[in-house]
Amino acid sequence: MAKKLLLGDQAIAQGALDAGLSGVYAYPGTPSTEITEYIQESPQGRGGEVHCRWCTNEKTAMETALGMSYAGKRALVCMKHVGMNVAADPFLNSAITGVNGGVVVLVADDPSMHSSQNEQDTRFYGKFAMIPVLEPSNQQEAYDMMSFAYELSEKIGEPVLMRVVTRMAHSRAVVETGEPKAQNELNAPERSQNWVLLPAIARRRYAALVEQQKEFDALSESSPFNVYTEGENHDMGVIACGIGYNYYMENYPQGSPYPVLKVSQYPLPKEIIRKMASECKSLLIVEDGQPFVEEQVRGVLPVECEIKGRLSGELPRMGELTPDNVKAALGMGSSQVFAASQNVVPRPPALCQGCGHRSVYEALNRIVAECEGARVFGDIGCYTLGALPPYKSINSCVDMGASITMAKGASDAGVFPAIAVIGDSTFTHSGMTGLLDAVNCNAPITVIISDNLTTAMTGGQDSAGTNKFEAICQGLGVDKEHLHVVNPLPQNMEEITRIMREEINYRGLSVIIPRRECIQTLSRKAKAKKK
Amino acid sequence: MKTDIILAGVGGQGILSIATIIGHAALNEGLYIKQAEVHGMSQRGGDVQSNLRISSDPIASDLIPLGGADVIIAMEPMEALRYLPYLSEEGWIITSSTPFVNIPNYPDQQAIMEELKSRKNVKLLDLDAMGKEHSMPKAVNMMLLGAAADALALGFDKLQNSIRTVFGAKGEQIVEMNIKALTLGRECVK
Repeated sequence: MAKKLLLGDQAIAQGALDAGLSGVYAYPGTPSTEITEYIQESPQGRGGEVHCRWCTNEKTAMETALGMSYAGKRALVCMKHVGMNVAADPFLNSAITGVNGGVVVLVADDPSMHSSQNEQDTRFYGKFAMIPVLEPSNQQEAYDMMSFAYELSEKIGEPVLMRVVTRMAHSRAVVETGEPKAQNELNAPERSQNWVLLPAIARRRYAALVEQQKEFDALSESSPFNVYTEGENHDMGVIACGIGYNYYMENYPQGSPYPVLKVSQYPLPKEIIRKMASECKSLLIVEDGQPFVEEQVRGVLPVECEIKGRLSGELPRMGELTPDNVKAALGMGSSQVFAASQNVVPRPPALCQGCGHRSVYEALNRIVAECEGARVFGDIGCYTLGALPPYKSINSCVDMGASITMAKGASDAGVFPAIAVIGDSTFTHSGMTGLLDAVNCNAPITVIISDNLTTAMTGGQDSAGTNKFEAICQGLGVDKEHLHVVNPLPQNMEEITRIMREEINYRGLSVIIPRRECIQTLSRKAKAKKK
Repeated sequence: MKTDIILAGVGGQGILSIATIIGHAALNEGLYIKQAEVHGMSQRGGDVQSNLRISSDPIASDLIPLGGADVIIAMEPMEALRYLPYLSEEGWIITSSTPFVNIPNYPDQQAIMEELKSRKNVKLLDLDAMGKEHSMPKAVNMMLLGAAADALALGFDKLQNSIRTVFGAKGEQIVEMNIKALTLGRECVK
């Protein structure tokens, strides 16, 4: 037993280690990155007892975890919410195969989009896959839930989804840790057909999953993490999910006057909710993210009990919960004393001084100014900041890898020149397949792989393709004559501009790789060397 | 006791180090702690803040409600003002007076100073000058923490011990420099 001050992400990581984890598989993504980093820096990670190398993307991560589970050991998959879209195929099918060793799929949602392009709510994926979902309300619970989740996963033979949000992932609290458990022994199934999802087998497996739903319902009713507390005032009952419970309780330091149900395990504990609805005049649903619970409770048909939440307007329809918007939903006034200052303006993030992406955009802007009709398709990473002043260089940013494929689609439609800007890590994550499409048509697009030798935006994790990009491009069939590597330094601007001009005007596929190390990782390495 | 603190600055100014020192001191005192941080995109030169709550009783929310902060500790004067709606009526602002201008539309610096000076319960520190004067530009965040020490309801010696623990691995020289910075910060607001 030890007391540690841990981020929610770190509490999850420590919980997984203490649950006898054998491997963590992940691609970096805010706010989930610190889970894998913590395991990499742990004695088990450093000693090689727990596999913890970054994966190329969330799909390879999910599949590798499934392979470890097949062999009988416990695996953790971590990603941000949009990463789940990439991992969705193996994730949904893992509910059909079932698992052998325990699998926890940890997804960190980002309501309010602090570092994301949408605020999709991962609980929908859990319902979609028809498996249990856990949603901790505090760091201690996040730690405790990991052992619980692995036991649950092995007991029901299904993966367990755990959902956290930014304020849980990136908030520290004191966590009391327990005794570590040994890893599972290697135990690959003899000749189980469950893992062969031919239609005949998949139908049988799906029927079994459907049959299991009653069991999952019962587990939620009796879950130690779903806690009902009686209250004196039955004008309202409160269903508070995950950290929504904290914001609710913040407003009642002396205890809740209303009956309150804290929900931290799904499917929803329906019996308790029906009982609350029969005893209370109204129900307020406090949940971070989308109105997942509210829609289920509300349904389509009229009910006597009034349902309040994000859909009825008591809480905002979008954006994260705060103690203040929950307070407003409870009909209490604001405690704000001072008005906002008139001397404050937004301070948006920007590319670092000395960053190689800056030189890339400077050169690109010169060429684009020369070419009427040119469009630049961007991607996800630090270089997305090239959309903001002073560069305003990119016209799109949708999802990992979409720069190349969107440039090709626009080019197919007649846009010329169509230019893609993608980072090194994003390229190996989801850009390579799109480049192959472009190669096969000799699409007249230029792909700029801005290589800073790291996954920079999330803090400088290893990039899967480092030192391999020329080989990858040539292997996919990019013409050597139209594949260039440049060093994006201000003094090389003339050369970079010349190459870009030639290739952007070329009516075939070209790839330019500006390569210079991220100045953040460079200075971190220099500091580490000094020690 | 219960102290709600907002730490504010620009990405890279070292507000998380201040949070770490306070957090460790509170942990050693057996207090409850919640500390919400900002990671990711905004760390690239954008505004960053951390909500740090310490209390002898359990804490519910990771975020401080509007009008609830006892102290705003800021590495930058405009960033101090950004969180005014969160300050409680008797709350303190302890801030660096050195602007960090990395945006083209940075507001009138004099107006910012005047607004800060017109408020009650404000301590302004010329951290830029202090860092240069004492040749420790990298420890100015600890000077700011020293200036805020009395407002935190944590003993000064507790913060010193916390610096010893947190910076211990970096060597005695770094520890001593940061403790000196902490002391200088406290002295300059006495």
